[in-house]
Amino acid sequence: MSDNVLTVEFVTPEARIFSGKAKMVSARTLEGDLGILPDHAPLLGVLVDGKVVIKNVEGGEEEFQVSGGFLSVANNRVSILGEASAL
Amino acid sequence: MGAQLRIYRRRIRSVKSTKKITRAMELISASRIVKAQQRVAASTPYANELTRAVSAVATFSNTNHPLTTESESPKRAAVLIITADRGMAGAYSTNAIKEAEGLIVTLKERGLQVLTYVVGRKAVNYYKFRNRAVKNSWTGFSDKPTYANAKEISAELIAAFLKDAAVDVEGVDELHIVFTEFKSMITQIALNKRMLPLEVVEADGPAPAGLLPMYEFEPNAGEVLNALLPRYIESRVYNALLQSAASEHAARRRAMKSATDNADELIKSLTRLANAARQAEITQEISEIVGGADALASANAGSE
Repeated sequence: MSDNVLTVEFVTPEARIFSGKAKMVSARTLEGDLGILPDHAPLLGVLVDGKVVIKNVEGGEEEFQVSGGFLSVANNRVSILGEASAL
Repeated sequence: MGAQLRIYRRRIRSVKSTKKITRAMELISASRIVKAQQRVAASTPYANELTRAVSAVATFSNTNHPLTTESESPKRAAVLIITADRGMAGAYSTNAIKEAEGLIVTLKERGLQVLTYVVGRKAVNYYKFRNRAVKNSWTGFSDKPTYANAKEISAELIAAFLKDAAVDVEGVDELHIVFTEFKSMITQIALNKRMLPLEVVEADGPAPAGLLPMYEFEPNAGEVLNALLPRYIESRVYNALLQSAASEHAARRRAMKSATDNADELIKSLTRLANAARQAEITQEISEIVGGADALASANAGSE
């Protein structure tokens, strides 16, 4: 495992839900569940309704519900664009 | 108290109570501008991320999407006009409507048929009064739009755009939006923008540094674009609604501020007039007493 961490931004049109460092992000795209670790290849995916889990650097987990949206990964920067979300 | 004085006092009282109302509206609008600005700020990260994603897909795929394809011979254009639900906002709605009228004239000169979509009761009334057809209208959220409102509006507009204008009378080839840009607390400008077909992505946020990475698409570039573009339109419409809401509050604050100032002015001049009337009354009373006393004195002097 690399020393790198992911910089995660989880935004919806009305607010920024989460912003910070994380060890792993997992979400469900059109093709199935997807886990993202540091140094992932650049990716742009379409999310379906489901859970987004962000594992932060301290080892804790944060779970969000998302209904539709996108996920983009590039240079250890993950941005999740959800349409609506709840904890 | 003389009649003249009483009338002045009554007018002062009425102007004072009007002033209280306009002052309250001014303060309410002032606090709402701040909230509206915060909402614009809260939507910016989403818009920036979306813009990045759209430009990434646009750069790395040459997929043609109906939403980006320009019609060879456009027949119809849709115009979305965003105005206020309530008045008391100076020329805010009028400016937006005037801008739209200008745009409609230019579109008609190009030989296009124009379908109007309006947001806000002010524009609805404007078109109803003039007996002009409105394709659809949305009201009730001009001062506090939500993303759901933007979604509803864009869904209808995108549906109209995707219909073939050559065969379907509901289909449009172009979509323009007229809204009021919130430049600052004192400057708001009504302007029109072409939304569809999508032009080269405007860089709203900071320009992406250097080259964009080679993205993998999941499931594929076409699907991603399919899902992205409608969201992009929604976010543009949402941004236009939010900016217009902020502008509406700013315009209302300004209008109410000048109403309050005018009331102050009016009270001042009415007070002057009332004072003069009171003074005139007193002077008259004195001269009446003096005259009366004189007459009595001369009558008494005559009899002695």
